[in-house]
Parts: sequence; C-alpha cells; structure tokens
Amino acid sequence: MVEPLLRVEQVSKRFGGLLALDRASFAAEHGRITALIGPNGAGKTTLFSIIGGYLSLSAGRIVYDGVSIASERPYRLARRGIARTFQIAQPFMGLTVRENIAIGAHLTRPSRADALAAAGDIAHEVGLDDLIDRPAATLTVAGRKRLELARALAIEPRLLLLDEVLAGLNPSEIRDMVPVIRTIRGRGVTIVMIEHVMQAVMSLAEHVFVLSEGRVIADGPPEAIVADPLVVEAYLGRGAAARMIGTGHG
Amino acid sequence: MRKRFVPTLVVIALLGTVPLITSSNVVLNFLVVVLLIALVGQGWNLLGGYGGQYSFGHAAFFGTGAYVTAVLQVRYGINAWPGFCIGIAAGALVGALIGALSFRSGLKGSYFALVTLAFAEVLRIIASVAPVTGAGVGTLIKLDLRPEAFQFQSRAPFYWIMLGLVGVSMMLMRVIEGSRFGAYLVSVGENEDAAEALGVNTTIVKLGAMTISAAITAAGGCFYVQYFLFVDAGIAYGPWISIEALLAPIIGGVGTVFGPLLGALVVKALGELAKLATGDAPGLDLVIYGCVLILVVAAAPRGIAGILSDLGQRVLAPTTAAAASSGRGHG
Repeated sequence: MVEPLLRVEQVSKRFGGLLALDRASFAAEHGRITALIGPNGAGKTTLFSIIGGYLSLSAGRIVYDGVSIASERPYRLARRGIARTFQIAQPFMGLTVRENIAIGAHLTRPSRADALAAAGDIAHEVGLDDLIDRPAATLTVAGRKRLELARALAIEPRLLLLDEVLAGLNPSEIRDMVPVIRTIRGRGVTIVMIEHVMQAVMSLAEHVFVLSEGRVIADGPPEAIVADPLVVEAYLGRGAAARMIGTGHG
Repeated sequence: MRKRFVPTLVVIALLGTVPLITSSNVVLNFLVVVLLIALVGQGWNLLGGYGGQYSFGHAAFFGTGAYVTAVLQVRYGINAWPGFCIGIAAGALVGALIGALSFRSGLKGSYFALVTLAFAEVLRIIASVAPVTGAGVGTLIKLDLRPEAFQFQSRAPFYWIMLGLVGVSMMLMRVIEGSRFGAYLVSVGENEDAAEALGVNTTIVKLGAMTISAAITAAGGCFYVQYFLFVDAGIAYGPWISIEALLAPIIGGVGTVFGPLLGALVVKALGELAKLATGDAPGLDLVIYGCVLILVVAAAPRGIAGILSDLGQRVLAPTTAAAASSGRGHG
C-alpha cells in the first residue's frame, strides 16, 4: 500500500479542561479529495490549525510526505508544499486581488514582475479575472473565498487544506466553485476539505472522515457515511437514526 | 522600470535649488529640521507604515546614532565621517536586537509599541547616568568648521547633505516597494497569519524591516549631532523624537514614499505658525500638534498623500469618474 501524503496519528489537543481533540487520526491519499465533516464544535478547525502549524498539539504525530511536521511554523509548512485557506477569509485588505495572489506566488518567484504575472494566471484559473485590479476589501464573500483559494494555489502546493471554502456561498456560487476544486485535484494536488455543504462533499470527496466531540467516529466513501447510523446520531442526537428509520417504516 | 524614481528625483532636485535662491539662515534652518524629521520619519515609516509595526520608541535608534557619532569623536578622536557611518551601523544593531527580542517573543500591536517605548526610556536613563555619554551634562562636540570634520561655515552644505540622505531614503523605499521583501512586509502588516500561510517568515521580515528602519532613523541622529554639536539624554533618547518620527508619516501618509516628507513639512510649518500665533506660550504648539493629529486620523486616515492621490485621480480622470457615476445612476 502506498504511504499517504498526510497521516494524522492519534492527535489530541487540550484547551485547559476541554479535550478538543481526542486521539484523532486520519490520512489523505495522494491526489485525492478527502473530506472532514462533523457537527459544529467537533474539532475540525482545531485539527486544521494544528496541521497548519498555528496550534501546538498535546499528543500525537503528524506525518507529511514521510516526515514528522508537528510544531513546525506555518511558513515552513508552506515551503514544504502545504497550503491552507482560512474559514473566515483573511485577504490582505489594502492590496488588490493581483497583489494578494502575488504574495503567494513570490514563494517560488523572487521577482516582483514574475509574481504579478503568475498571479494573473491563477486569478484566471479561479475565475477572478474581472476583479483582478480591485482592492480585496471590495470583494463579496464569494470573491473572498475564491481569493483564498487563489492565494493558496499560488504557492504551488502539493497538499491543499480547504477550511469551508463553500460556507456562506449561495447554491449557484457553490455550483461554480465545485468544478474549480475538481480542476485543482485534476492537476495532482491532494486536497483535504472541511465542509458542511453535503452536496459538495458528496460530489467531490472520495473519502470522508467524520469527527465528533474530538474523535473520528467513522470513515469511508461518502455514500456509506451518510447512511451510517453513528454519523446521523452525531448530528441529530442519540436515537435519531432509529427514530428516522422508525418513521420511515411508519 | 526606472520611471518610478522620477517623482522623487524631481522633488529632491527642486528642493536642492533652495540654497541657491535664498541664503536666509532662518529658511535653511527650518528646512534642515523638516528634512531631519522627514528622514527620521521615513525610518519609522518602513516599519510602521509598510510593515504595520507601530513603534513608540524610535528614539532608541536616533539616540544611538547621535551618541555613537558624538562619543567616538569626543572620547576616541575618531573623525566625524567614519563616526557617522558607525553611528548608523550601531543604530541598525540596536534595531536588530530590540527587534529580535520583541518579535521572537511574538509581541504585536500595542505590546510592541509599549516595549519599544520602554527600550527607549531605559536607554535614556542609562545615557543620563553613564560617564561615557557625559551623563547629565551631555556631550559637546568641539567647534571645528572644516568639511573634513563634517562641519560647515554655511548652512547650505548641511542642507544638501540632509537632502541627500532624505533622497537616498526615499529611493530605498521605492526599491523596497518594488521588491519581494517589500511585498512581504506589506502582507505582514496586513495580516500576519495569512502571510505565514503563504510561506512568509514573518519574524525575519519584521526583523529586516526594523534593522533598516533603525539605520535610517539613526542616520538622522548622527546628522543631528553634527548640526547642533550637542547631545544629551533627553535629546537623544527623549520621547520627543519618537513622537516626531511617527507624527510625520502618519500625517503625511503611512506606507507612502512621500508621506514623511509631506508630514514633516506640514507639522513643522504648523508648529512655526503656532509659535508665531501664540507668542511662544510654552507647549501650545504641542496642543496644535495634537489637534492636527486627531483631525488627520479622523478625517484622512491615509494622510496628506492619500488626500492628494484622491484629488489627483479626480482631476486626472474626471471623465471616467463621471461615466462611472452616471453608469451607476442608470443601473
């Protein structure tokens, strides 16, 4: 079996008395889209912040490309090829869309002109051509989400961590965004996505891990996951699955 | 590529003609002080304006430049010119040290501001008791009006040297603006977490900016000593210069090449007018400073440079603006 690009092993994170992550493990296979779902407060974003180097872990191991990367600083991880988007988009407000993307492009391109040119190409890829010279502060939520994606792509990542890039978008914006993500995967980028929009998870993800109260309670292909009673209960409460089946029969 | 240097060169060349037009010591003296504040403010502007790290303690660098230049001459008999350069290097070193200590411990925002203020105050107290700086008496540089000693009979050479320093600092800002380092610095000022996620080593970027910033401000201190031939702890490390350093760029326009120069000109002109109007009532010019600062921050957060660029856009592109607004009206 091929070693996965990212392996999270038994990661725990404690905030004072709260155990936000309890020996959570998952793996992201090369070139695939892996989704991380779970109810609010399950620890998804905490787990992302740990993988991205923004939080330290209390216990466990994170192995990327055969190397343990836990507690490395975010910029080092970026140089290793790990890109992330933020759940709440964090554009550089005072810069234009092009300048925003160029910051990422600078990682592999020291020259300003090269970085700005590359930024143009990436903006085109995510459909931000028309807005390229607008200040980032003027973008709508959908625009900011695209910008997050564009900036992350600009560092030419091997692993892309998407933290709810579809949240806050309307159905037509989601329909526009899904093919963009699929194209990125098509170029061989491994994607791990946190997502609440199940329609997108179902159509994009090849493997889903379900996080609840800091633990991974289920994993498998998306069709199997939505039918799993454990998962339904995690979202709707104990006994919900049985009741649903009950009403289904009644 | 070279085009972006043109406005700076034109302004510096125009200012360079002033001593040819007037030999009034009052005018030249006023302009030398304006340029000095512009230089010190440009140092602050790199770190605070571009990098978003607001320092309240740029006196630490100004004072180090001033003292090193003075003490090397007076106590060690070193010529003023190399003394000047060593002063700049010493200022840069102090900047790197304070930067390393505060950025490595992750100090941001008001914490960073307070720590820089504290460092400047500590240096002020040390300078006011240490024998090498002349303690409370200060250090007086011997009058020696020869260019070899970095002293001149007339104000004009001082003025040109000061103008040259300001010109170099402005060109340096232009170079930084067009570089990866400059782009990274702005991104750090905008949002550190986002910058880190894109591979920016924010600690190194801030440290680099602080070192260059300190060197520029220290150059102002070195010049101050040669011009006034006296320095004591209050002048070198006092809060006055930290305030001047941030006031000029904030009023002129933070994160712009011309901001510190514009701001210094306006602030100093206002200060002189205030003194005239109030008949030298002590401290009243400071009240006016304060009022102007409040007005600028409230009404024009991008400073004079921001107002000018808005005006310029309105004047240069009235047709497109009109088209845009009429388009909006129809929509």
